[in-house]
Amino acid sequence: MPANRFNGQTDYGIGIGLRVPHYRHILEKKPVVDWFEIISENFMVDGGRPLEVLDRILEQYQVVQHGVSMYFGSADKPDRAHLRKLKTLVKRTKTPWLSDHLCWGSVDGTYTHDLLPMPYTFAAARRTAEKIRQIRDFLEVPICVENVSSYAEFHVSEMTEWEFLNEVVERADCGVLLDVNNIYVSAQNHGFNPYAYIDAIPAERVGQMHVAGHTKFEKYILDTHDHPVLDPVWKLYAHATRRCGVTATLLEWDDKIPSFDEVHDEALKANAFIDGAKRAPQAARTAKPSP
Amino acid sequence: MSPPGLQPPPRRPQRKQSTTADLRSFQRMMTHAVIRPLAAGDRLQARWIDGRPMRDVAAEFIKPNDRLTSFDRLEIYNRMYWFRLIGCFHDDNPALRALLGERRFERLARAYLAKYPSRSFTLRNLCSRLEQFVAEEPRWTAPRTAAARAIARFEWAQTVAFDEEARPALAPEAIAAVSPARLRVGLQPYLSLLTFDFVVDDYVIAIKRRSALRSEASNAVDSAGTGRGRRASARLRRGRIHLAVHRHTNRLYYKRLERAELKILAALGDGRPIAQAVAAGGPRVRPDQVRDWFANWMKLGWLCERK
Repeated sequence: MPANRFNGQTDYGIGIGLRVPHYRHILEKKPVVDWFEIISENFMVDGGRPLEVLDRILEQYQVVQHGVSMYFGSADKPDRAHLRKLKTLVKRTKTPWLSDHLCWGSVDGTYTHDLLPMPYTFAAARRTAEKIRQIRDFLEVPICVENVSSYAEFHVSEMTEWEFLNEVVERADCGVLLDVNNIYVSAQNHGFNPYAYIDAIPAERVGQMHVAGHTKFEKYILDTHDHPVLDPVWKLYAHATRRCGVTATLLEWDDKIPSFDEVHDEALKANAFIDGAKRAPQAARTAKPSP
Repeated sequence: MSPPGLQPPPRRPQRKQSTTADLRSFQRMMTHAVIRPLAAGDRLQARWIDGRPMRDVAAEFIKPNDRLTSFDRLEIYNRMYWFRLIGCFHDDNPALRALLGERRFERLARAYLAKYPSRSFTLRNLCSRLEQFVAEEPRWTAPRTAAARAIARFEWAQTVAFDEEARPALAPEAIAAVSPARLRVGLQPYLSLLTFDFVVDDYVIAIKRRSALRSEASNAVDSAGTGRGRRASARLRRGRIHLAVHRHTNRLYYKRLERAELKILAALGDGRPIAQAVAAGGPRVRPDQVRDWFANWMKLGWLCERK
């Protein structure tokens, strides 16, 4: 959906991640970009150059915060110090929505700094939804949760990943950051139909999408964000936009980062895939086409 | 033994998960497996904490697929964890890496991260206990433990200087308005005052050519694993120096201090009134020196109100 309550009723277009190698180019050349996504943790500091750069970016561009360590799915209570720092940053950026992952990564205060897959259980869904509500109430900003790529599944799971996503977002009444590349990676690793996943998610809750590149190994695919987006992911993206409408979209490129222009050009390829969705009537968006 | 704070894993993973306590138990199991030190060849260890075959333990809670066993799937996460954290450790300690050489540095990184896994949401704090660890376990750095401690302390001070809070600097009139016998001032949180028996600043400047900009990784995985670094051509000389590690206009600097200058600053940082702090500098300190030092500290913005 172009603008909804999960993305602050905005219509942001196509953005890219704000990354250190591009700082100079952006600050000096001031290229036209719809919006930048920042990794919240890079700016949850008390001073110094990160905040100086951020303030200069905020003078010129729309910025949305994306986190990597809130761990909605961790059994532990939210860390109050973490939340306070995040809220300080939210006030600084005035981000219209905030996203983080539907995953866990810490327990007993020990952090793995990874986005670990959830056990898809009702107990985990209840706990995760409860935490999302608590965090949203504290931060006072809409939240979108992102599906992660994964390399393992657990015996204890009681449902599919997309059923778990639905269970959490309905209970939490939050939005979805639909990472199309992550769906593709997980589908390849676990052998499910990525189109079935997209057809099952609540389209009206999608506030943002991610696309990215990945790396194929002999027996599995790794979510590396160090390549251009591959064709099967673009096709999946086209399908997702037909189903959900043209939504704020971001290209993630986090390793072996090429020039700013190359990254931005790659992101703008999304335009070619969303034209069909722009022409599609609303009724078509809720249909469930076969892959 | 579990790292500090992390509770032991359950003996067996639950077959059903009904409560948050069950979820927590599951997450302890997986965390212990993910952070377990890598075996030779960067493989998942063949044995679990209790001595059982890791293949059996992994199969109890992770599903296999048609291409990968449960062990293989767990190993992906185990390797990603170590590659990510070792990569961060490399980025944060280029001088220590140069001092120890690649192989010893790598062993130090793995030993440190095994004993002190991250306790912070941010990787920025990953090496906050490195100097302590080097002192606790000198075998990883012997016979260069003293030098390694100095470098570890210096590199952590740079992290602090890079992004720690800056409070409003004191204006000269704020100092002039109150008697030195009563006035207490604070030091900027980003400022570290350090004394070394090695000339660490010259050494680090010779090594550290890259920008001090640091960035958290996002959720992407580094498919290349850990990189290989350059060796130092510089030599770390012995010699007592006093240093302030700080930032100015958001750039990192190391400033040599005189011994009395450092003592006065440290006394100010401890909350002593200005007159007492100046006395801590010793009887040989001249009034004109003190005036010049204060003028310089004010210019650099090091003095602020006490919190």
